[in-house]
Amino acid sequence: MIDILQLACKYLRFNWIKTSIVVVAIALILFLPAALDLLVRHGATSLLTRAAGTPLVLGAQGSPLELVLNSQYFETKPPPEITYSEVARIEQTSLATAIPIYNRFRAGGWPIVGTNLDYYPWRSLELAQGRYPLMIGECVLGADAAKELSVQIGAHVISSPEELFDFAGSYPLRMEVVGILKSTGAADDRAIFTDIKTVWIIAGLAHGHEDVTQAPDDDGTILRREGSRTITNASTMTYNVIHAGNRASYHLHGKIEDLPLTAVLALPHDPRAGALLRGKYLRADESMQMIVPTTVIESLLGTMFRLREYLLLGSALAVFSTLSTTSLVFFLALRLRQREIETMHRIGLPRTRVLGLLATEIAIVIAAAVALALIFSIVFSRYVDLIMLEILT
Amino acid sequence: MIELHGLSFAYPGGEYQLDIARLTIAAGETVAITGPSGIGKTTLLHLLAGILVPQAGTILANGHPLSGATDAARRRFRLRHIGMIFQEFELIDYLNVRDNLLLPYRLSAVLKLEQQVRQQAEQLAHAAGIGTHLERNVAQLSQGERQRVAVCRALLPRPGLILADEPSGNLDPANTDRILDLIFQQAAQSGASFVCITHERHFLNRFDRVLDFADFARSGA
Repeated sequence: MIDILQLACKYLRFNWIKTSIVVVAIALILFLPAALDLLVRHGATSLLTRAAGTPLVLGAQGSPLELVLNSQYFETKPPPEITYSEVARIEQTSLATAIPIYNRFRAGGWPIVGTNLDYYPWRSLELAQGRYPLMIGECVLGADAAKELSVQIGAHVISSPEELFDFAGSYPLRMEVVGILKSTGAADDRAIFTDIKTVWIIAGLAHGHEDVTQAPDDDGTILRREGSRTITNASTMTYNVIHAGNRASYHLHGKIEDLPLTAVLALPHDPRAGALLRGKYLRADESMQMIVPTTVIESLLGTMFRLREYLLLGSALAVFSTLSTTSLVFFLALRLRQREIETMHRIGLPRTRVLGLLATEIAIVIAAAVALALIFSIVFSRYVDLIMLEILT
Repeated sequence: MIELHGLSFAYPGGEYQLDIARLTIAAGETVAITGPSGIGKTTLLHLLAGILVPQAGTILANGHPLSGATDAARRRFRLRHIGMIFQEFELIDYLNVRDNLLLPYRLSAVLKLEQQVRQQAEQLAHAAGIGTHLERNVAQLSQGERQRVAVCRALLPRPGLILADEPSGNLDPANTDRILDLIFQQAAQSGASFVCITHERHFLNRFDRVLDFADFARSGA
């Protein structure tokens, strides 16, 4: 048996290009339907679990799916903005707790999620190191984000400008990492969390700068004074790093109720409160939408599962096609080797051994293909969450 | 000793017919068979080896009927008693010289692959002038070297009957002499019979007997 195995290996090694192509082709055809099924099932479970944990999401009228994906998975472009006054509107009903979400900016490719301290216990997020962000300019990183950015407590992450030449827009803000969250296997692992005011600073709606009220009129910065207001030119130094020395200088322009959010998570105190709260947003002239994420995700999954059926059917045809081609390759290889096989018979080698040699070669190819398909699947399963989100967004 | 009596053979569906009334090859005898191409010399060799089975007549190998044996029994007979040197070498291209020599041992339960056999293979390869090529793939060898590998493979099991189909066809005169010396020497050492199809008239005098195919066989469409 060992001799047959060795001889079979020598044949396959001698014809390594053909062998490699056949092995990869079979491996892919075994892997693809499995990967598709894994992707859909895992994705469905992951999406539903996350959605089921969020009772209600409030956002501007528009795509419910975009709103859910942005507020729950921190992916997709931001939905139309709403104002912070919606938080107060929910809390005034005494039916639910409201958690603001502002997810528009990124740092090193990772979403910066502005929220408040209620978010962490509600999502059962625990700190692996450090503390939660208590002051503006501080942030905590999800486990994956921290790992990929290779940052530790005390390091800094810098927000990315939305547009390179947007002089009137957001400037990069250097945020201090004060905590790193434990891994949860959910979207929170891939986000940077900070206080909502910090995100408004990134948006240019709040800022800190040198104290111009005490500056002499002839220092080149002051344009004029109008009562308590001081109008300066563009040479006024605006901070892009928040620290103990300048934190107090940061201030909002305008009323807090008018500042933007992308969503408000509503956590009703009980099912009845949830139903009542939803009812309040059903008026025809309502500019907001209160949605149940599970409903949106189930609708999405319904589409996905229908799509999966078609894809699996396509995969089945691809499997049939590949197996037919592979069989043809084996058959043609046998024809090319007819003389070699005939020689073995002429020498007097037993028919069973000759057939055994050929069967062993095929078995090795199939075994190698299965092993390769398993490796593909293991690697794929590690990234299935990311792939799922990439597909959805 | 090999005996053929009243042998008749035709390929299935073909018009060709070979008839041999009687042919005897004694143990240790060396026989050259000559004759024009296409008259059935190779077919006779394949009948003697049990590769082909006659429609009529008997082939006796040391008194045992070969023609009536099963396919498995004829294969065992070939492995144990026949050393076949093919016109086109019939080597396995993806194996090296050593693996080609030992192939009959590696794929059969009849021949045991022992250390002694491995040593004999090396000695035989050195005697044939291919001892330095044992680890080389046969596809990398010259025609002459490949022919010598084919000869060594046939001789390694020390067969009782060596059948050669134009063994010098691809060799230069020096190598032809070397290979024939090797085959005659091995045949003499093991008391084997040697039947050789050849068109080379200049070494016919080395054989005990030269048979013109037309003298003992009737063949044709």
